[in-house]
Amino acid sequence: MDRIFSGIWVYLAGSPLLWLTVTLAVYLAGQWLFRRSGGRALFNPVALAITLLVLLLLLSGTSYATYFSGAQFIHFLLGPATVALAIPLYLHWERVRWLFLPIVVGLLAGSLTAILSAMSLAWLLGGSPRTLLSLAPKSVTTPVAMGIAEKIGGLPSLTAVLVILTGVVGAVAAPALLGWLQIRDDAVKGFAIGVAAHGIGTARAFQISSLAGAFAGLAIGLNALLTALLVPLIVRLLHLAV
Amino acid sequence: MIGALAILLGLQLVGEVAVQLSGVPIPGPVVGMVLLFLALRWRGALPDTLRATAETLLSHLSLLFIPAGVGIVQHGARLAEEWLAMTVALVLSTLITVAVTALVMKALIRRRDGERRDG
Repeated sequence: MDRIFSGIWVYLAGSPLLWLTVTLAVYLAGQWLFRRSGGRALFNPVALAITLLVLLLLLSGTSYATYFSGAQFIHFLLGPATVALAIPLYLHWERVRWLFLPIVVGLLAGSLTAILSAMSLAWLLGGSPRTLLSLAPKSVTTPVAMGIAEKIGGLPSLTAVLVILTGVVGAVAAPALLGWLQIRDDAVKGFAIGVAAHGIGTARAFQISSLAGAFAGLAIGLNALLTALLVPLIVRLLHLAV
Repeated sequence: MIGALAILLGLQLVGEVAVQLSGVPIPGPVVGMVLLFLALRWRGALPDTLRATAETLLSHLSLLFIPAGVGIVQHGARLAEEWLAMTVALVLSTLITVAVTALVMKALIRRRDGERRDG
């Protein structure tokens, strides 16, 4: 019996099917838990799913490379999903045009704040240069942030993790913070969440309203552009080198 | 749905090629997003299948981040050493960014609305 099981395990461990399926199943379980908890922000489905998967990998002794050979098919969809953000933008274009100046100035302020505050806080607390460089693009969507980190000498795989943790923090805490700041306009809420917490924040913004989601989506695209230009410039100005 | 996927992937591909050729530091999918937006504005209508496919993809956006997030298992040593700096920087910076962006926008909107009433 044991031989049969280990035979099946050896077969499955070598095929992308297993971890692709497990990722989908764990995501669905995370969503179920999130709904069961009454949509409580602390039960963020992404954080739940990542925690569960990390435990599964450690318990089964599976390497990240093996895991990713299956999960890459999900990761790949980030590209077309980014392109698809054009659609909420198209649907809410009138509102975007109406808010053109607040969007441009809010984006500049938010993007600079994200980069500089992350780097300076980590520096104050004794973060190593490589960690600072990996943190700099943390507020933009994963593939873009990884590209920026690679260019400036950070660790792309660490950046990916920091980006996702940022997204989770934003999704969990931003709605309460915005309520406390008495922000009532869904467009402003969505845009602020999107600038700070990219796609995971955007998933949360779509739960506030379709308008908030559209503005968060707009913010992802714009902040990706601006951060890609700003981070290399800031790093050069600060003479940061690894 | 397949047609819609082909459009999304095709525009991403055009975006990636454009970035490679021009050397502009913009991510390919973002260029694809701009192209799709321009195409929709030019056409003046959004096909139902494209809308349905995009909405499915975007309603599960958070799923797409899971594989990269699991990469945390590779960074155990660095996290053990620098967890405090990373955690504080992440949490505070994210909250400050949300607040700054929202307050700047709110102030500008309020000022403009005030001008409109005065004028």
